[in-house]
Amino acid sequence: MAELIQRFGKAQSFYDGYTRKGIEIETTHYCPGCGHGTIQKLIGEAIDDLGIQDRTIFLSPVGCAVFAYYYYDTGNIQCSHGRAPAVGTGVKRTVKDAVVISYQGDGDLAGIGMTEIIHAANRGEPITVFFINNAIYGMTGGQMAPTTPLGQITQTTPFGRDVARDGRPIGMVELMNALVPPVYIERCSVATSQGIIKTRKAIRKALQAQIDGIGFSFVEILSPCPTNWGMSPVKARSWMEKEMTHHFPLGLVRDTISSSTGKATSIPYPYLDDAQLVELLTGSAAVPLLKDDIPQVTHKVKIAGFGGQGVLSAGELLATCGMTEALHVSWLPSYGPEMRGGSANVSVILSDQEIGSPLVDHPEVLLAFNGPSLDLFEPKMVSGATIVVNSSIIQRQVERTDVNVYYIPATDIAKNEGLLSAANVVMVTAYLLISNALPLETLVRCIPLVLRKKSFLDTNIAIVNKTEAYVKAHPMEKQ
Amino acid sequence: MNHVRVRDDECKGCAVCVSVCPKNCLVMSGKLNVKGYDYVQFVHAEACTACGLCFLNCPEPGALTVFGNKESSRDEL
Repeated sequence: MAELIQRFGKAQSFYDGYTRKGIEIETTHYCPGCGHGTIQKLIGEAIDDLGIQDRTIFLSPVGCAVFAYYYYDTGNIQCSHGRAPAVGTGVKRTVKDAVVISYQGDGDLAGIGMTEIIHAANRGEPITVFFINNAIYGMTGGQMAPTTPLGQITQTTPFGRDVARDGRPIGMVELMNALVPPVYIERCSVATSQGIIKTRKAIRKALQAQIDGIGFSFVEILSPCPTNWGMSPVKARSWMEKEMTHHFPLGLVRDTISSSTGKATSIPYPYLDDAQLVELLTGSAAVPLLKDDIPQVTHKVKIAGFGGQGVLSAGELLATCGMTEALHVSWLPSYGPEMRGGSANVSVILSDQEIGSPLVDHPEVLLAFNGPSLDLFEPKMVSGATIVVNSSIIQRQVERTDVNVYYIPATDIAKNEGLLSAANVVMVTAYLLISNALPLETLVRCIPLVLRKKSFLDTNIAIVNKTEAYVKAHPMEKQ
Repeated sequence: MNHVRVRDDECKGCAVCVSVCPKNCLVMSGKLNVKGYDYVQFVHAEACTACGLCFLNCPEPGALTVFGNKESSRDEL
């Protein structure tokens, strides 16, 4: 008797046993007759034959295939629902040699993950996506999926999917084909042996395209879900062949692998050292270093005005000053959808203690840029609070007698320096001077970090100086 | 003769291999494995061509292994 040679057997890229339940078991968690097992075997075999086990990073979806990382002895990442193409983008861009396999079901890819798949494909990320379409949400109990064919009965379409009520099924292959970058798009089925052999070839071709660095490849694989379809595994396959392929026509839709020159390589980023990164990200290399001696300060500040007065920027400036003095800070803006003209306020807390909540319901400090802001917050101030009033705009006096008030014509000071929009710098400067919360040098250092327009830097510094002169000439009258 | 090894306890009794074998070499055993599934049984070794269709259809990674009496490239498929 001639010696027998193994011709088909378990792929090397599978673990010997699966530790999902704590002990090594040798069967998958899939239901009897599930298409996932068949497809994952084809992928495992391809990983073996292409010799890419040590380079493969397998992205598991959310859905029945969520446990793929128990099966494949490769790199594995279990992705948030639908986000595998985004994760794959990051992996591929970081580890260029990796073979990234995104394995996703129809709920995952065509439902919640529609954004990620469309944009990954449209960027032409050189990854491979296997889209397992069984026309139903399997893991959650058989609800209608984006790909459920018309007429199909599911838990959420008990009378069959109706076009008027439920819309049409989505053809992902057709959607992919509307995009320019993908180099390989095919729809296969594992309903029949012939279909499995075609699927096997498509999987290899799609992976090879990635190995060769050609571009984005997408293979949709129709797959049976006997459990949720309420059919025997054998009947499920004949139903697929008769019904499902009618809705989702099989075949190669695009193959531009041979004519493609590969994904266009972008100009590589220059190498940046720490100082250059700081310069790039903050706009200034002169970032103040954190100090060891932390000022003993806790101020709950409300800055309010109308949009466009630099209210939020004033808050950011103050918070940044606190941060560079090693204080805990919070910055919580509140504004309407309009960028200009609406009312805006920001709550800033500077504290030498950790901050529990960024809300400031009863401010200790108010920088009131306009009348309505003063009207709104004056009654809410704590007793003994400090209010800085922009007297260029606010005509009335503060009515409360239990607070410290400082009037400063902030808009006029800014306007005199030729920078009307810098009233916020005046207000912050005035606050720091009358409260002694933080040194003025800190403010000067932080201005370039927050107010990024470098052409205005000198003017802003001049405005700080003018404000300082004004405050010296007009000391606050203590209550 | 060609041979299909069935790991009885890895079979879930879905019977897809039985339905796809062109030579009817696989049948349901009528017996239950440790998980309670009626597992398949390889019969008619003389008819088996080691074509691999049972293996490729089977959803379980290791339930079936196909042995042939001569080596041939799997890419012939």
